[in-house]
Amino acid sequence: MAADSSDGEEEDLVNYGTALQPLQEGERIKKPVPLQEQTVKDAKGRYQRFHGAFTGGFSAGYFNTVGTKEGWTPSAFISSRQKRADRTVLGPEDFMDEEDLSEFGIAPKDITTTDDFASKAKDRIKEKARQIAGVVAAIPGTSALDDLIGPSKITIGVELLRKMGWKEGQGVGPRVKRKPRRQKPDPEVKIYGCALPPGLSEGSEDEEDEYQPENVTFAPKDVMPVDLTPKENVHGLGYKGLDPSQALFGASGREHLNLFAADSEDPSNLIGDVRNNRRRKLGITGQAFGVGALEEEDDDIYATETLSKYDTVLKDEEPGDGLYGWTAPKEYRSKKRSETEVKYIGKILDGFSLASKPSAPNKIYLPPDLPRNYRPVHYFRPVIAAGNENYHLQKVLEESTGKLGSDATQQSRHALNASQRREQLGETVLKGPAPSVLEYLSEKDRERLKEVKQASEQQMKAKMLPQQPRNSRFQPASPDDASHKWQMLLGGQLANAGSSDFKPFARDPEKQRRYESFVKSLKQGEKVDTLERYLDPNMTEWERGREQEEFFRAAMFYKSSNSALASRFTRAKYEDDADKVEVPRDQENDIDDKESAVKMKMFGKLTRDKFEWHPEKLLCKRFNVPDPYPESSIVGLPKVKRDKYSVFNFLTLSEPTTSVTQDTNERKQENNSVSKPKKPSRWDISDKEKEKKDSISEFISLARSKADLLQKPPVPTTEESGTKAAETLPSEADNENKDQEQEEESRPSMDLFKAIFVSSSDEKSSSEEESDEEQQPSTSVVDSETTGQAGLPGSSSSNIQDSVAVKAEPGVSSLPASKQEQNNAEEFGPKLPPSFSSGSTWQQETVVPASSPGPGRKEKHKKSREKHKTKRDHKHKKEKVLN
Amino acid sequence: MAFPRPRPARPELPRKHVRTIECGQGAVRAVRFNVDGNYCLTCGSDKTLKLTHPMCLLQKVNCVQFNEEATIIVSGSIDSTVRCWDCRSRRPDPVQVLDEAKDGISSLKLSASEILTGSVDGRVRRYDLRAGQLYSDYVGSPITSVCFSKDGQCVLAASLDSTLRLLDKETGEMLGEYTGHRSTSYRLDCVLSEQDTHVGSASEDGNVYFWDLVEGSLALTLPVGRGVVQSIAFHPTLPCLLAATEGCVQLWREDTLPAPGGVLSTPE
Repeated sequence: MAADSSDGEEEDLVNYGTALQPLQEGERIKKPVPLQEQTVKDAKGRYQRFHGAFTGGFSAGYFNTVGTKEGWTPSAFISSRQKRADRTVLGPEDFMDEEDLSEFGIAPKDITTTDDFASKAKDRIKEKARQIAGVVAAIPGTSALDDLIGPSKITIGVELLRKMGWKEGQGVGPRVKRKPRRQKPDPEVKIYGCALPPGLSEGSEDEEDEYQPENVTFAPKDVMPVDLTPKENVHGLGYKGLDPSQALFGASGREHLNLFAADSEDPSNLIGDVRNNRRRKLGITGQAFGVGALEEEDDDIYATETLSKYDTVLKDEEPGDGLYGWTAPKEYRSKKRSETEVKYIGKILDGFSLASKPSAPNKIYLPPDLPRNYRPVHYFRPVIAAGNENYHLQKVLEESTGKLGSDATQQSRHALNASQRREQLGETVLKGPAPSVLEYLSEKDRERLKEVKQASEQQMKAKMLPQQPRNSRFQPASPDDASHKWQMLLGGQLANAGSSDFKPFARDPEKQRRYESFVKSLKQGEKVDTLERYLDPNMTEWERGREQEEFFRAAMFYKSSNSALASRFTRAKYEDDADKVEVPRDQENDIDDKESAVKMKMFGKLTRDKFEWHPEKLLCKRFNVPDPYPESSIVGLPKVKRDKYSVFNFLTLSEPTTSVTQDTNERKQENNSVSKPKKPSRWDISDKEKEKKDSISEFISLARSKADLLQKPPVPTTEESGTKAAETLPSEADNENKDQEQEEESRPSMDLFKAIFVSSSDEKSSSEEESDEEQQPSTSVVDSETTGQAGLPGSSSSNIQDSVAVKAEPGVSSLPASKQEQNNAEEFGPKLPPSFSSGSTWQQETVVPASSPGPGRKEKHKKSREKHKTKRDHKHKKEKVLN
Repeated sequence: MAFPRPRPARPELPRKHVRTIECGQGAVRAVRFNVDGNYCLTCGSDKTLKLTHPMCLLQKVNCVQFNEEATIIVSGSIDSTVRCWDCRSRRPDPVQVLDEAKDGISSLKLSASEILTGSVDGRVRRYDLRAGQLYSDYVGSPITSVCFSKDGQCVLAASLDSTLRLLDKETGEMLGEYTGHRSTSYRLDCVLSEQDTHVGSASEDGNVYFWDLVEGSLALTLPVGRGVVQSIAFHPTLPCLLAATEGCVQLWREDTLPAPGGVLSTPE
């Protein structure tokens, strides 16, 4: 209007706006177009609506058809009846116009930097907008706080550099140790958000150095061991609970309060400008945190935080806390560091930081008082077992250890053995294996010697038997016999057994210790009762018996550990786990007992084993059967781990020999009887079953009558009922001897040798020969005994069979194992009772169940009861037999 | 009132030789009926199986058996394992391997929820899937054949000591013992008749023996052939017996059968 009025007169006037059309004469002034009728067209000439809240926001619907008569049409109608399957999922884009997808639309399709890769230098406009929003918002300052709390974003370039090894605080290139810059931030200029990469601020470094203690070095700034402790509380992220002492008073004197850390000594922290002098508890209270009971001033807690209190300018300096936006836990804050900095003098290695907590001081024990004659020099004298074989080794070692070694040997002059003496005398070493004394004797002399030995043994036994009534009849073998037998058997070999550095029970030091003392005493020829005291007193009698047996065996097998072989092997440095084998927890065993039960046709409990068995889940499903053990993952029989190379895994009871004798027996009979043309198949079984049964029933009846006799005088049912019992039951002696034989002659399986392979083979073989030689006369003696007593009522046909077997023994003792296996199923002789299988227990036990005169069924009950009694023993035996 | 139950037929035994089927697959190692008794399966030493119509088997595997729904094949073999194969998933490996036996499995049978195995180690093992238990009964001599009684209460076990033993399934007690035949070296079968009235066994003397189950007395001796009768199978419902000897299978029926071969037709 103003322009119009001045129009025409002054040319230097500037026109603003467009002039209205000059009014025609008589024309009425146009009415302004009402708002609802104003239209706007887009680039393509389509009408854009000015839209209100209820008309769909932006371009509403299909060409702004929302709210119009045409209504809204979807992009395409698909009958869901036929095309139910390929119904398209509509995204928001389906309802957008092209403009929305264009560069300036709401969903631009162009390639833009996403937030992840965006530069952290935020655009100012957005920043501004946010600030304004923050002020205007319901809770002022929220958005700013959001920004503060949010994780810092790092540009992709920095990230890449980092991936390549570059770290902030470090130039690109090799790492240089640098002193940390503990800059005081400018109190006026606050920093929030992210700092620039710190290369820019290096200039300030030098001037700061002088404030640092001279002798303190720091890890380079760039190494930021941000301790990401897992969040374990239910507080909000980054929030630390209010520690009253610190919140109220502890923070005084600090420069700043921290919003999230109870003690905020960090300069330029998050809300950096909250002054201490104002003593506002903003740190803990914050926005809308409420008033704590302990807070003294509550007037200001709802004070609005405006952004004017914060800095809006990014300074070209790093924050100085080195955290770059991390709200690091308290531990890393420099309070502790400042303490330790003072304390700790010395360099801190790169990548390390000082411990936040000092380690507990070591307790110092005073050294023991030294004896007066103590000389602080130690000579290493390796423990070598004295022996022929490692004579060289010993010599070398003696040379290496110097004079002291010979000193020692001189001191223990009495402990010298033959080889050592020989060495001192300068004699040459004999070739070949160490000869036994016996070998120098003539054949005759040897035999005579053995006879003498046997006789003395018999005498000794006879003497000892009545002395020691056993209170336990479950002892596997009479230890007396055992020890004597073993002592005799081992003889000289034992001499080395204990002294060796070879430890059969190294796994169990306690046991090893027991074993060593045991062997030592055995060498000195102590009796068994005294030997027993080396065994673990906490064990049951049965266990002790077992252990003793084990020691004996071990002593035999480890006797030659000082052999040449031993020096070639070292103990394994690492335990391999492979020495455990999975063994079924329950084993079917006690073939003896079952066998005898079968003989007596007492099927049922005696012959039955019951195990827990876990069928495969799928198998159950296929059989339409519910899984009996739904929660277990085991399949099959439950297994347990056992030592693979436990000596007892390989100790077999005396069965093989039985079958050997049986075998020979059978062979004889076969030869005698009409030999049938029978193929040797694995299905073979002796057809002597029936004859045997007869002999068995005969034997049982005899045993019964005998039991009746025995019951009249109350003979204690012990394992060894004295010499009298031995006489009345002549077969017992037989059995004993046989048993003895079995134990000596049954070769252990190859596995056993594997388990303890260190023992030398040649020595053993010679020893076995010896034992064989020793054994033969003894059996002949017993044979004569038994045959002499053949007229007695106790000697049944089976006994005769026994003796026959024994006679046949030497020839067949080397039968192949397969043959034995084959005959394993068979039973020989009066092996009746189910529970006792080894040694002299047989005979007595057959008497016990037979003494009840009741027929079959009663007998069985009794049997089963007995079985219960001995169940525990059986368990052990089971392990023993079938490992 | 329900219908009166039909009078139970007098227990009959197959006494009449009906037919001999030449199998042509070497020595017939096992002959079996299928569930309804309409087919017979023979397994020969030439590792073939033949399913023949009269009434029905495998190779170095000693014994096979389907379960009732034919979803699992269980095989027992000389390597002392019993393997359960899934028919449905056709997995190449067995569902479960039962390796408790110490020696070869000579025989196995399945019931609804049990696997019964007889092993050369002289034990009859019964895996009860429902109870999750393994019952092992020691018999002593190598087991050649095992079978369930029809009522599922007893287990019949034949062993190499020429004895058949009837064991109570639950307790393992022996209920009966049957001897008289000869079984010392071959894997011979034992059967129970279709009504559990008799116990039958093949023998090495070329006969098939039948005993009365309760009395234990020898009821019948069928002269099948001169060689060893290797395998026999009893029809599940009829008094009808298959006996395999020397490469052929013989079918035996009861005396009262009207016309020989009327029911059965020669398959090949």
